Amino acid sequence: MAERITTDDVAKVAHLARLALTPDELETFTGQLAEILEHAEDIAALDLAAVEPMARPVPLVNVFRADEPGEPLDRDEVLACAPVAEDGQFRVPPVLGEAP
Amino acid sequence: MSPFSDALSIAASVRRGERSATEVLEEHLGRIAEREPEIHAFNLVTDGPARATAAAVDAAVAAGEDPGPLAGVPVAIKDNLCTRGVPTTCSSRILEGWRPPYDATVVQRLAAAGAVAVGKTNLDEFAMGSSTENSAFGPTRNPHDTSRVPGGSSGGSAAAVAAGFAPVSLGSDTGGSIRQPAALCGVVGVKPTYGLVSRLGLVAFGSSLDQVGPFAHTVADAALVCEVVGGHDPGDSTSLPGAFPSVSEHLSDGVAGLRVGIVTELMGEGVAPDVAARVRAAADALAGAGATVEEVSVPAVTFGLSAYYLVAPAEASSNLARYDGVRFGNRVDAATTGEMMTATRTAGFGDEVKRRIMLGTFVLSAGYYDAFYGTALKVRTLMRQDFDTAYESYDVLLSPTSPTTAFAFGAKTADPMTMYLNDICTIPTNLAGHAAMSVPFGTGDDGLPVGVQVLAPALGEVPMFRTAAVLEAAAHAEGGAA
Repeated sequence: MAERITTDDVAKVAHLARLALTPDELETFTGQLAEILEHAEDIAALDLAAVEPMARPVPLVNVFRADEPGEPLDRDEVLACAPVAEDGQFRVPPVLGEAP
Repeated sequence: MSPFSDALSIAASVRRGERSATEVLEEHLGRIAEREPEIHAFNLVTDGPARATAAAVDAAVAAGEDPGPLAGVPVAIKDNLCTRGVPTTCSSRILEGWRPPYDATVVQRLAAAGAVAVGKTNLDEFAMGSSTENSAFGPTRNPHDTSRVPGGSSGGSAAAVAAGFAPVSLGSDTGGSIRQPAALCGVVGVKPTYGLVSRLGLVAFGSSLDQVGPFAHTVADAALVCEVVGGHDPGDSTSLPGAFPSVSEHLSDGVAGLRVGIVTELMGEGVAPDVAARVRAAADALAGAGATVEEVSVPAVTFGLSAYYLVAPAEASSNLARYDGVRFGNRVDAATTGEMMTATRTAGFGDEVKRRIMLGTFVLSAGYYDAFYGTALKVRTLMRQDFDTAYESYDVLLSPTSPTTAFAFGAKTADPMTMYLNDICTIPTNLAGHAAMSVPFGTGDDGLPVGVQVLAPALGEVPMFRTAAVLEAAAHAEGGAA
């Protein structure tokens, strides 16, 4: 199916997934992911050229609700779930540059 | 047979005013006080709100109103189902302390039916696991033998029913997370057809695989809970139209004339001989009750594990991207938003969750998408086709639920692949979007419960429950004779 997953591959996906790994964790996870992906080699050997992919079991498409006003979630209750909220908004640390 | 009252009898006596909901609740809270320290089925026991709910049910009965089909029935709720104002953790540090601003549809429907929620049950973190050993708050113990796991991921919900903490509970099943713990704890567990039960308010793991369902001591209780919580929900775009099939009225129909196939591929390698023997005994019981029983090959099931451990992590990696320390859950502070997100996720997720997020991210990444994720989606089609072929000749299929009885703590934690192999019998149903349930059917050589799995096509709940009811009666007859 593909070449064995490397520590570089795992370091890359960890970064994409916003996870920091210690060197030991990187080694351990790489070995474990390799084992799982090796098990999946059995399906790589199947002839699936004529088979359609199935992303979901229910054939419903474009399900929309009626465009009628309803009762939304309470804003204060929603903001109360956030680690930090301010002036009716979620507050995060600086995205670019230094804090003002 | 269970020493505990079933939900139907409790609701009947509460509705008739013979027992108060309060008295029923106190009996269950008493058992929780006695055995919960040893079992750890719950992340949170909501005894205060439960007492208020029970009092409201009693007031309704006193006023001549009908509180509903689950009047005064204590229920336990898996802690990945949202409960408004009540902490919902998914057994993860990242959501510790989070109080959802809304109730899951299934939670609302239980409440509307008169049920009394007694607590939130433990699970493998974000429902990823087969033993509850991945819970950030410590494992749940199997009530039948506390040196053994209860199964997972809905281990707390299974153990809560088995220990008599509640006659029924709710779990969620992405690859077997209701059926496998039901088997290991000796209770009934149902994974309904995908789309029959609302996922609104179920914290998403694998959105195309997840389905909510009940645990119960009896098939009739499980049927009732399905009918109460199931049916169309406009808030879930994958919800099927219509009500949950009326299964309760068919429980005494028997299986005469029903065609039952034993899945050959799920009876051989990897399945303990004593477990396979119980499945054959179940098949004999069905044949004795008038069903036609034969072996049938469903070749694609042998590829289920491979496809599942690509599809489920792929969906999980996407679903769990929302835990970034911004809108809910916990945050680890850092100088920039990017560093804050990494610090939050690194501290908040356990190893199994990290493993699956990275696996999913990898199989969805450029250069690997077609080879891994794309291939797995095609195997789902194969799975559906092979099941469809089998269901042309059979109404239901039979297999073990779990390849073994409950295993010891630590037995499978060192190697993730060993743990994943627990799910070989249950995964194919989720990939196909079909229905399946586990029914207790005696014990293995170690004296621990064995579950027999009844599989059915999409919307095949009626023949599935008819079969389960006959198996339940046969197991009781066998137990009584022993």
